[in-house]
Amino acid sequence: MATLARPARDASATVPMRPELRRRQRRNLRAALLFILPWIIGASIFTVWPILYSGYLSLTDYDVINAPEFIGLDNYRRLLSDEKIALSLFNTAYYTVLLVPAQILFSLALAMLLNEAGRSSSFFRTAFYLPNMTPPVAVGILLLLLFNGQQGLINMALGWVGIDGPNWTTDGPWIKPGLILMGLWSVGSTVIILLAALRNVPAELYDSAKVDGANWWQRTMKVTVPMISGTIFFLVIVNTIAGLQTFTEAYTAFFGAGTYSNEAALFYAIYLFQQAFEFLNMGYASAMAWLLFVIIMIITGIQFLVSKRLVFYEGDDK
Amino acid sequence: MTSASTGGTSITANPAAEAALKAELQPPIRKFRPDRSKRSLPVKIAIGFGLVAFSVLFIYPFIWLISASFKPRGEVFDNKLIPDTFTWENYIRVWQEAPLALWILNTLIVTVLAAVSVTVSSAMVAWGFSYFRFKGRSALFGVVLATMMLPGAVTMVPVFLIWNSLGQVGTLTPLWAANLFGSAFYIFLLRQFFLGLPRSLFEAARVDGANNWAIFSKIAVPLCKPAIIVTLIFEFQASWTNLMAPLIYLRDSETFTIPRGLKALLDQFGFGGNLNWEIVVTASVITTLPMIILFFVAQRHFVEGIATTGVKG
Repeated sequence: MATLARPARDASATVPMRPELRRRQRRNLRAALLFILPWIIGASIFTVWPILYSGYLSLTDYDVINAPEFIGLDNYRRLLSDEKIALSLFNTAYYTVLLVPAQILFSLALAMLLNEAGRSSSFFRTAFYLPNMTPPVAVGILLLLLFNGQQGLINMALGWVGIDGPNWTTDGPWIKPGLILMGLWSVGSTVIILLAALRNVPAELYDSAKVDGANWWQRTMKVTVPMISGTIFFLVIVNTIAGLQTFTEAYTAFFGAGTYSNEAALFYAIYLFQQAFEFLNMGYASAMAWLLFVIIMIITGIQFLVSKRLVFYEGDDK
Repeated sequence: MTSASTGGTSITANPAAEAALKAELQPPIRKFRPDRSKRSLPVKIAIGFGLVAFSVLFIYPFIWLISASFKPRGEVFDNKLIPDTFTWENYIRVWQEAPLALWILNTLIVTVLAAVSVTVSSAMVAWGFSYFRFKGRSALFGVVLATMMLPGAVTMVPVFLIWNSLGQVGTLTPLWAANLFGSAFYIFLLRQFFLGLPRSLFEAARVDGANNWAIFSKIAVPLCKPAIIVTLIFEFQASWTNLMAPLIYLRDSETFTIPRGLKALLDQFGFGGNLNWEIVVTASVITTLPMIILFFVAQRHFVEGIATTGVKG
């Protein structure tokens, strides 16, 4: 029966056709390669070679001016003893672990609200997406202004309900929560993706759930969430990777000229950037980049394993 | 999610995207549309209230920023929406303090070149991967997907060294030229669209004598207009807002792009001791407006594009 599945190929593979077919295949391959060529060139120069070279650099001491000096695993040993590595990893983990679930839950709430909106939804969609169109540098500036301790809008609003707000932008423990709140402000694209997923849930499922007497909360938990779990998983992974590499807003707001020691906002990507381009420790920075790569691989791997149990794909008959 | 990118943009996504996106792209059985007529009044009011409250939350900072840009120095932080003293002075001063026109021009050059080159090259590559069938195609495409996983940080230093050895550090070239070779994320996105086109169309064109390039440029690309527009806008946005690459590659204030320039203004006027926040605020408004205008112009394409591709920008 298996042969029936590919009659066309068997027919064309009869003996007289073969040279013609081979010529066609060769032409086909040549045309395909011409189209793909830009990527092959680009990936060789800007991805493959950099990966290899960065691996080599991570074993050297290199300051751009003098030739790289091979020092074996010293950079990796230094990673283990560098307190700022530990600090920046802690800051990054703190930020990502709190931000990603908050982003997903907040976006889901907004997407469900949008899904209920009628004709006015395009206005609200635009409103929610607006912060994503703002340059992250400007978001960093907004953060400094809105979260300012004395005159900032946030503390003024907190004052209305009788809360004496902290000094978000200078008080160490409050810097990351402020950044997380700012991160929640830019959930627009996550909202739109979730909205698209919500719209693809088959209506029959809601109808039958209603017939079975499920209330709104039960329908949400038993129909909506499982049906969009694939999209949620995708967003969790993408947002986690983005969170681990967060740079611009924190760098803008907390690393001004001459202030290179704002420890509460020292994220891994910022420290890596400083090592590479401010202190010119290219070798050490390369080792840092590899550590980040390994961490991202491990976290993504774990997320995949966990998702196997939690994510439901349509047509998945296991 | 512009990642730590050097020379162009590398968007870090994940092969997991494939599964999720495939699920998105399957035609829905019957789209779920809530039945609004049966809803009780309190529920309607609650939904409306929620939407309005959240949109105020999202829009308010912009209004606050715009209003602050019209306030004189000591009043920037007074949190009033309508300035006590209305002044254009900040807008005049910011042009005197910073070569804003040059920054905008630099940014436009970089963003247009970056967006156009990445779109053209990614579309070509995506076409190569979707139309032709050849040995090793899926393996090679697997490599494309794998490069999306790589954090920009790993390639950042060597790519800098490449541009350095070519004498391009300090120029705008490293900010866009790598885009001439396509980008994995857009290749993936466009390939999804190309795969959705009916093959019979291309066979018909071939019978009519169209060559490979004609089939690609005259038939496939026009049919994928939404995806092409989304790619253009995504890259335009990524490039317009990118800070890290300009921090790495640009040296003189004359070559700065807007984010790099804003950062310089913030260092000079915000942190620099004299706390002229009104300058920074006004520059933020000026640099945000073009993106907002672009978004309003392209909103339909944009939101539709994201909705149909289910892709994050």
